[in-house]
Amino acid sequence: MRYMLLMCRDEKQWGALSAEERAAAYWATVEYSEGLRKRGLYERGDPLEMSSTATTVRMERGKVVTTDGPFAETKEQLGGYSIVEAKDLDEVLAIVNRHPLLRAGHSIEVRPIRAEQPKQP
Amino acid sequence: MRIEEIVRTGHGRILATLIRLLGDFDVAEEALQEAYAAALEQWPGDGAPANPAAWLVSTARHKAIDRLRRRSRLTQMQNQIARHIELTAEEDTPVAEDRLRLIFTCCHPALATEAQVALTLRTLGGLSTEEIARAFLVPTPTMAQRLVRAKAKIRIAHIPYQVPASDALAERLEAVMLVVYLVFNEGYAASFGPHLVRHELCEQAIRLGRMLVELLPAEAEAKGLLALMLLHDSRRATRLDGSGDIVLLEDQDRSRWDRAQIDEGAALVEAALGEGGRASGQYALQAAIAALHAQAPSAGVTDWRQIAALYGLLARIHPSPVVELNRAVALAMSGEMELGLRLVEELDRGAELDGYHLLHVARAELLRRLGRHAEALQWYQNALDLVSNEAERRHLEKRRGEIAR
Repeated sequence: MRYMLLMCRDEKQWGALSAEERAAAYWATVEYSEGLRKRGLYERGDPLEMSSTATTVRMERGKVVTTDGPFAETKEQLGGYSIVEAKDLDEVLAIVNRHPLLRAGHSIEVRPIRAEQPKQP
Repeated sequence: MRIEEIVRTGHGRILATLIRLLGDFDVAEEALQEAYAAALEQWPGDGAPANPAAWLVSTARHKAIDRLRRRSRLTQMQNQIARHIELTAEEDTPVAEDRLRLIFTCCHPALATEAQVALTLRTLGGLSTEEIARAFLVPTPTMAQRLVRAKAKIRIAHIPYQVPASDALAERLEAVMLVVYLVFNEGYAASFGPHLVRHELCEQAIRLGRMLVELLPAEAEAKGLLALMLLHDSRRATRLDGSGDIVLLEDQDRSRWDRAQIDEGAALVEAALGEGGRASGQYALQAAIAALHAQAPSAGVTDWRQIAALYGLLARIHPSPVVELNRAVALAMSGEMELGLRLVEELDRGAELDGYHLLHVARAELLRRLGRHAEALQWYQNALDLVSNEAERRHLEKRRGEIAR
């Protein structure tokens, strides 16, 4: 069973940390993920650039419209993701509960990755 | 044993076992309904089997296999379930552990609390969706939707069907106990609507509490919770008078309190406090308070000093303005009236109990006992502006009327 961990943070708070603190959180995450990989629980993951660098594309009245910014203005923004492999939600939660990004002010949303494909039309 | 009786008392354990065997809530529920139908057909003629629960599990399991085979195109998931059923065909006798697994799944923190409550009553309590909807005063389709969503999340997010590992057990058990106590309270003091006691919910909660004590014998707090519910419930017959009006604890006819339940509750309190010691939890402490009330031969000889001390302990492990309010009232009742009133007034100055009608009731009652009737009237009025339960409203109006004369 695969799950995606969505790492969310308030970018204002995150930006207020010192460069050293952000770097420490990054390397702690790399180390943690490496440990998970060795146990066969980690597939991949990446940090994302700030949401100010996002571009959103949508259809409006039949026309493709490109706008600056993320798809929704929210208090917290997506800052990265990991894909993990676990036998059930409790195993994932045990991973998430000890994640170093939690201590660095992130909240982590856990989403099951859909395994079944919809019927072909 | 009649089928109705099995549904009432054994539904939870049978369904719990089926969910383990079939690996899916909905498949298990449907199969069990079919097994009940088969039992209604066969038992009157052939007589009930020696082990009705095992018969129902076995029949339901076969119904589930049949149903899956009947479907011409099996999806991958159904295939897996069918294989799962074949592989686990050996064990049809419900085991107690299944119910424990099930309640931990139903009360998983990844589900919303209201969904936890509904799912627990539906699966372990055997209540119908309509009954649960009625109990919580929501439309049946809303409740049905809530259950469907919760079961879908369990299936899709793979919320496991297991007793949590020991490092997570304490925290998860707390969530389970909270759900059980919510069910009890919903039955005991419905926060809205005309009826103050909806006893079926209390019975369900007590049954679940018994199950926790039986299956987790090392958990002192589970004993505390069961004790608390038994002790509160022992006063059921006397809490309302013939016309459905509230009778205060001090005015209740103590000879009509359920002695057997009080004895059982008091013994559990003792066990819980003995095992918990200095680490005794909130349920054990609340139960100890309830036991002091229940065991007092009359309201006048209640050990209020001891009760105030227990609220003090409770405030230490579970700081809350409501606990402080209760401690203040207990102090007042123990003879320190002025001190108690002062503490209540202080609480009123804080914002945390804004809108909590019982704060105003407490203030009114203490002022009344001090003979300060004009002030008491004002606080009864404040309480009346906030109260939502009909029986409580009538009671407050009566109290106000008594001193307004």
